[in-house]
Amino acid sequence: MQVPEKFNPLTAAIQALDPSGQVSVSVTRGDVQLFVPRTIIIDVLRTLRDDFGYTYLVDMVAADRFTSEDRFEVIWNLISLKDQSRIFVKTRVPEEDPSLPTSVDLWPAANWNEREAFDMMGIRFTGHPDLRRLFLPEDFEYYPLRKEFPLMGVPGSIPLPSTSPDVD
Amino acid sequence: MSNSETIVDRAHPTFFKEHQNALYKSLEDKHTTVEFDSNDPLGTRMILNMGPQHPATHGVLRLLLELDGETITKSKLDIGYLHRGVEKIAENKTYQEFMPYTDRMDYLSPYSNNVALCTAVEKIVGIEVPDRAQYIRMIGCELARISSHLLWLGTMVMDTGAISMFIWTFRERERIYDIFDNFAGHRFTVSHSRIGGVNNDLTEAALAKIKHFVETFPKELKDWNKLLNKNRIFFDRNLNIGTVDSETAIKLGLTGPVIRATGIAYDIRRFEPYLHYDKVDFEVPTRLEGDNLARYYCRMEEMAESIKIIRQCLDTMPKGPIRTDNAKQSYPSKDEVYYSMEGLIHDFMMTDTGVCPPEGYECYHAIEAPKGELGYYIQSDGTGHPWRLKIKTPSTSNLQGLERALDGAMVADTVVLIGGFDPVLGEADK
Repeated sequence: MQVPEKFNPLTAAIQALDPSGQVSVSVTRGDVQLFVPRTIIIDVLRTLRDDFGYTYLVDMVAADRFTSEDRFEVIWNLISLKDQSRIFVKTRVPEEDPSLPTSVDLWPAANWNEREAFDMMGIRFTGHPDLRRLFLPEDFEYYPLRKEFPLMGVPGSIPLPSTSPDVD
Repeated sequence: MSNSETIVDRAHPTFFKEHQNALYKSLEDKHTTVEFDSNDPLGTRMILNMGPQHPATHGVLRLLLELDGETITKSKLDIGYLHRGVEKIAENKTYQEFMPYTDRMDYLSPYSNNVALCTAVEKIVGIEVPDRAQYIRMIGCELARISSHLLWLGTMVMDTGAISMFIWTFRERERIYDIFDNFAGHRFTVSHSRIGGVNNDLTEAALAKIKHFVETFPKELKDWNKLLNKNRIFFDRNLNIGTVDSETAIKLGLTGPVIRATGIAYDIRRFEPYLHYDKVDFEVPTRLEGDNLARYYCRMEEMAESIKIIRQCLDTMPKGPIRTDNAKQSYPSKDEVYYSMEGLIHDFMMTDTGVCPPEGYECYHAIEAPKGELGYYIQSDGTGHPWRLKIKTPSTSNLQGLERALDGAMVADTVVLIGGFDPVLGEADK
C-alpha cells in the first residue's frame, strides 16, 4: 500500500537523520509504520515531536519476536492532534542487550508505558527516572510476556501470604 | 520523622519485601529536586498507605501518600493487584475465544470492550460488517457509556457526601441491565458482538425497552442536573480540585473525559471515526477548567449526547443481515448450523481456528470507550491466535495523571479525585 502523501516531508526528514539507510516506511491497513534503527531512535522521536506535532503519546507496545534476529520490538504509538494523524515508530533490540534510551523526557506519559515494557518483556530503558515493575511485584524474577514463559506460570515464583498474619 | 531516618528505614514490610521497599524508596526519591525541611517538631509529616482494600478507591488501587499535615506532598500509585495477564491469555486463544475476557477488563462497560476487540480484528483481517450490525453496536456502546457514567456519577457524588444519588443512578443502571438482558441475553458481561457482526438482532422487546429508556432518561438527567448544578456542598468539594491544564494533559497522555475537561476535544469518534459515528450528529462536550467539576460537566453532557446518538441510530438503522455472510470470516447463523452440514463444518472451523489475519500484518484500532481511548494493537503470525495483542487501556493513562494530580492536593480530596478520574482497575491492571 502507498504511503499517504502527507507523510512525505516527515519521511524525508527522518531519512536525513539516518546515514545508514535503514529507515523504512510501510502501510498496513492504513496504519503508517516507521521502522528506525535503535541508534537514532531518540533523535527520530524528538524530530517527530518538535517538528511534526506528534505531541501526544498514546501507547507503547513491546513485542517478542522469538527466534528472530533482534528479538524484541518496541513500538511508539503517536498522534498529532493538529493534523489528526497517527504514526507508529518501531525499533528493535537484540536479546543480549535489550536496552533503549528512555523517552520520558519527550513525553512524561512514557513513564508507565516503559515500566510496563520492562515488567512484561524485560526491556531496560536507560535514564528512566523510576524503572520499577508496573504490575508485578519486584520480587518476581521473570518477564511473563516473553514467549518462553509458560502460560500457567512458574510454580513457586510468587510467594503466597502465610495464613497467620503476624508471622514474618 | 527524624533527620536521619528515611521512609525505607521505618517501613518493615513482611510480604513482597523487595516490592514494598522499592515502592517506599521510589516515593522517597520522587521530586528529589525539591528540598524538604526535615525538621518536623510537631510530627505532622507522615506516610499514609491507602488501599488496596479501601472502599473508596474504586477497586484495588493502592496509594502511598506522603503527608505534611493535611497536604499531600508526594504520592505514588501501586497498581497490579488485579493483574490477570490477559495479554498472555490472548496469545493462547483464538480471537473470538478471547472476547469474553475483554468483558472483564472494563467491567463497567463490557459492550464497548467487545466492540473494540471485534473492530480491531475486523480491521486486520479486512472484514466488511453489515450496516445494521454497526448500528446495533453503536446503540450498545452508547448504552454502555451511559451505564459506566452512571456508576461514576453515583460513586463520585457519594464520595463527596451525597448517598441518595447512588440509589437513583443505580435504578437507571438497572434499567440498562434489563435492556441488555433482552438485547444480548446477559445482564452484565454481554459478549454480544461477534467478529463480523453481532450475535443476534434486536428483539421487539429490546427495541421497546430502549425506546422507553431514551424517552425517560433525559428527564432523570435533568433532575440530577437540577440537584447538583446548584449544590453548594458539591461545588465546594469539586471546584478547583485536581486541576490539570491542557499542556500537562497532553504530556501525560490523559484520555477520555479527563482530557476533554481540559479543553482538548480529543475523541476517537471524531478523530478516527469508526462504526457509523461519521453519519450521526453529536457534539463532543469539552470544558476549559480541567478540574473535577469540569470532568463532571463533561460526563453529564456526554450522557445527553449518547441519548441523542441512540435516537438517531434507532431512526436510521436499516434492515438487513447482522453478520457478514462469509463463512471464512464470521460464524454462520444458527439456522445454518442446525440444518446444514456445511453450516456445521463452518461453525466448527470458526470455533477451532477462527479468523486468520495475513501473516506479518500488524495494526491498531481504537474506539472511544467511556473512560477514553481503548485500542488493540494486534500482531499476526498468520494463525488463528494473535502473536502479540497489546491493549491500550484508558484507565492506565488516567491513573498516571492521577499520580501527578494528587501532588499538592488535600488528603480529604483524594477520594473525590479518584472518583473524578474514574479509573477501573480491572482495565488498568490488565
